Amino acid sequence: MSDTDTEGRRIANEARDRVRFEEDALELSDQVFRVARGLVNSREEAEDLVQQTYERAFRSWRSFTPGTNLRAWLLRILTNLNIDRARRDQRRPQTQPMEETDYFLYNRLEQSAGEPLEEDRVVERLSQDDVVGALSAVPHDFRDVLVLVDIGDFSYQDAAQILDIPIGTVMSRLHRARRVLKQELAERSVEAP
Amino acid sequence: MDPCDHCEEVMQPYLDRSLSVEEKQAVELHLDECPWCSKRFRFEQEFRGYVRVACTEEMPPSLREKLAALRTPLL
Repeated sequence: MSDTDTEGRRIANEARDRVRFEEDALELSDQVFRVARGLVNSREEAEDLVQQTYERAFRSWRSFTPGTNLRAWLLRILTNLNIDRARRDQRRPQTQPMEETDYFLYNRLEQSAGEPLEEDRVVERLSQDDVVGALSAVPHDFRDVLVLVDIGDFSYQDAAQILDIPIGTVMSRLHRARRVLKQELAERSVEAP
Repeated sequence: MDPCDHCEEVMQPYLDRSLSVEEKQAVELHLDECPWCSKRFRFEQEFRGYVRVACTEEMPPSLREKLAALRTPLL
């Protein structure tokens, strides 16, 4: 076989791998969008972030190892881009959030009702808009973990890999993030008793 | 520690299924006899689902098209 044939075959194989990679990545775009939407405050920002993620992914597709977790690989690009963006925008400095205990939100709902809550779905006392607003107020280190695990359904292990932090940090941030979210939500949607 | 305070302390790991068998049994024993804590556990469980629904938005079709256009053109 001539060198030209070998080279031709190599190029054809690479083109085939590339097409497959791009198709596989595009199939995950709904999930990537869902995470992006949780990480930023508007749909427009989420769309930009997802587009940048795919541009970068398609450019650097060779650095993906076939057979490994493509969803985690894409989201690692996305979370890194999001951190860069946050730095560029120099959003409000990350302060240590106030943190209440886990029963706080329920207790506040009950206090505000003035009597024990008897309905089946107490959660429906909260407005979905307030939930979205409360999430956007969670500092981004905490928010990243919350969005990946509780909205994107990633395991602790995957979240640790995506964010490049130890698994113990994922767990501690997640626990704090959930408390901070409830605290933010209580401030938004429950009248002080 | 007060049993309700302890229960609150371990609510998240319990719902994440990361407690040991003994710890889990101890929580369930308390929940069986404490409506105050069990209401709060049920609320937390519903709350997690509610957050997921509230914060999930479908990808706009226009974005799907834009992403498809980023593919390498076939020769």
